[in-house]
Amino acid sequence: MKNTIKQVFHSPKFVGGFVIFVAILLTMIIYPLFNPGNPLQQVSVGTFARPGTYVSLYDATKATSNTLRLPDADEKRVAASLSAEDRVAMVEYFTTMGIDISELDTEDTDALLQMWDDNYDPSVRPKGMTSAKVNYYKRLNTSLQDLKSGDTLVIAEEVDGELVESKKITTTDYVRTGAVANVKTLPLGTDNFGRDVLKELVSATGTSILIGLIAGVVATLIGLTFGLLAGYVGGFLDDFIMFITNIFTVIPGFVLLILITYSIGQEQRGAAVVATVIGLTGWTWTARSVRSQVISLRNRDHVNLSKLSGHSLIRIILTDILPYIASYVVMAFILQVSSGILAEAQLSMLGLGPQTTKVPTLGLMMNWAMLYSAHTNGSWWAYFPVILVITLISFSLNLMNTGLDQVFNPTLRD
Amino acid sequence: MKGYRKYFGKKIFWFVLTFIAAVILNFILPRLMPADPVASITGKLAGGNTDAQAVAQIYERYQEEFGTNLPMHQQFFKFVKNAIHGNFGLSFSQYPRSVSDIISSAIGWTIALQLPAILVGWLLGNLLGALAAYIRKGFDKVLLPVSLFLSNVPAFGMAVVLLVVFGVYLKVAPTAGGYAFDMIPHLSWDFIKSVISHYQLPFWSIVLVSIGGQAVGMRSMSIYELNADYVKYSRFLGIKDRKIVGYVFRNAMLPQVTGLALSIGTMVGGALVAEIIFSYPGLGSTMYSAVTSADYPLISATTLIITVMVLIVTFLLDIIYGFIDPRVKAAQFE
Repeated sequence: MKNTIKQVFHSPKFVGGFVIFVAILLTMIIYPLFNPGNPLQQVSVGTFARPGTYVSLYDATKATSNTLRLPDADEKRVAASLSAEDRVAMVEYFTTMGIDISELDTEDTDALLQMWDDNYDPSVRPKGMTSAKVNYYKRLNTSLQDLKSGDTLVIAEEVDGELVESKKITTTDYVRTGAVANVKTLPLGTDNFGRDVLKELVSATGTSILIGLIAGVVATLIGLTFGLLAGYVGGFLDDFIMFITNIFTVIPGFVLLILITYSIGQEQRGAAVVATVIGLTGWTWTARSVRSQVISLRNRDHVNLSKLSGHSLIRIILTDILPYIASYVVMAFILQVSSGILAEAQLSMLGLGPQTTKVPTLGLMMNWAMLYSAHTNGSWWAYFPVILVITLISFSLNLMNTGLDQVFNPTLRD
Repeated sequence: MKGYRKYFGKKIFWFVLTFIAAVILNFILPRLMPADPVASITGKLAGGNTDAQAVAQIYERYQEEFGTNLPMHQQFFKFVKNAIHGNFGLSFSQYPRSVSDIISSAIGWTIALQLPAILVGWLLGNLLGALAAYIRKGFDKVLLPVSLFLSNVPAFGMAVVLLVVFGVYLKVAPTAGGYAFDMIPHLSWDFIKSVISHYQLPFWSIVLVSIGGQAVGMRSMSIYELNADYVKYSRFLGIKDRKIVGYVFRNAMLPQVTGLALSIGTMVGGALVAEIIFSYPGLGSTMYSAVTSADYPLISATTLIITVMVLIVTFLLDIIYGFIDPRVKAAQFE
């Protein structure tokens, strides 16, 4: 046993998969320690806040400030507030004024503003330009001048129905992030409900792995029992078990799942129930392959010897057959876990997953991201990490499986 | 020959039994859903009508049309009788279209999408897997992890990633539907062009995932065969390498052919999610909308198609294997 384990850990593939899987498990355990709280709590109002660090504007105005004179601060400020439409409009103005813009780069804010200062003349009304457009350019010019001159902002508080100036903010005032009372980093933004995606993702990974484990245990137990009985006993029992197996193979699993989903109602549909149902519909291939392995074993000499010695059926199966297929069963279990996680994701995407308000799962996160069309409105953080995590879990499990396969089947070795 | 007759006789007996059980389950399971679709149709059509008697009449009229007023077993025999003639009744959700009409307009899309995708994925995957097993070294070191990773990307994940990258950002292909939404299916150059451009993303999302799985499977089968005693013996005899490789890959192909047949059999259910994500007008999307609207005549019919396809494929495989590989048959009689 010790030797086998040592051998297993010498397989680079198994170790690779194992490391990825353990890393995921550790993140799942350690991350909540640093960032405790309910993963389903709605942090942001509104959907899909972008990833990044959020600084409380209120607290920032209250915090003591330092004066920094940074050379490129003005330019950055103007660049950030100059929208793409404004840039296009400026270029349009230059063309109507008949100015050579062949060397102008609209992304180069400095050059653009320089040209604007040189050429804009509010008193000239270009031919054919509507007065709405003329006024637009006037407003644009005013706001550009304001931005550059660095107007002072006044913070006023309301006292007895009057506004009383409490603070002035100039363009050179800076606040250290540490001095602001409330700074929140959302590394993966928020989802459609306004939940912290990273926190939810970590918790969902845990639930999904648990679902995979439950589904894997259920499926492997049923498959193993049926496979052992069908393969060893044979005859009518074999035919009957294969008949049941065939029925479960040909009826799409999700038809059974829909029925169970409807009949138990959404109230009862927790993660454990969904996991059990996935296990109940996913055992067929394990039964088939265990059966074929057992068939090749049942006429071995040591089995016949046990039979002649009058050992009971259960004892023969447990001591003479099971140890020979144990490695195979472990591998089948690993595959069942990974397909259970996938099955949950697919079910949830059809809207048949566990109850949304109770637990987050990877499939539910995916489902809601799709329902709120995160994929078409550019909110990559709501779905891409989910796909990546599902892929990584399944990849690590399969890599471990391939490694085990090479250890136990020497003919497959490189 | 007597052995074969007994073998096939037994196989056929159990398959017929499985088929009957599957038909019964396909019929009963969706109908056990507690929703009453007839009531929802009545509600839709009688909308605003406050005359209770008139509403009740409409309800009864629909019950009669859908046959839901009969007891379950009579409904079943009626269902079987009609199903043999290819008539699966009327759809609830797309009333008054018939189920057969809906399915016949959807199944073409599914087959046209899936069959080429499965075949291309299978061919490319096996080719890469065989090459990796034969060349080994650097090629294998790169190919194996990449294909293992690819095969573990969930189908919907691959679909979404392709959709976002090529459909939303690069805008090289449309993101939804089987053809441009402002077109009516007809035979013209514009329509064919539209169909082909809509075809790209769902097609490649299926192909990419299946390439990975096939390559991994073919690679390990080929390595297994390359290490077999007969290969060493043939090398020892001095048989040309090319000839040995031919033998090896023919043997390694056998389980891969099974995989191909099974994936063709399960193709309707297999790419359900890819079809839903791209709103492709195939059977997968049809089944999804049937499930969400509790349209059980449509659910029964679509699941029956899947069931029959899977049954036929497994049956044929069993028969063919009985001929190709006598060990399989022998195992049954031990």
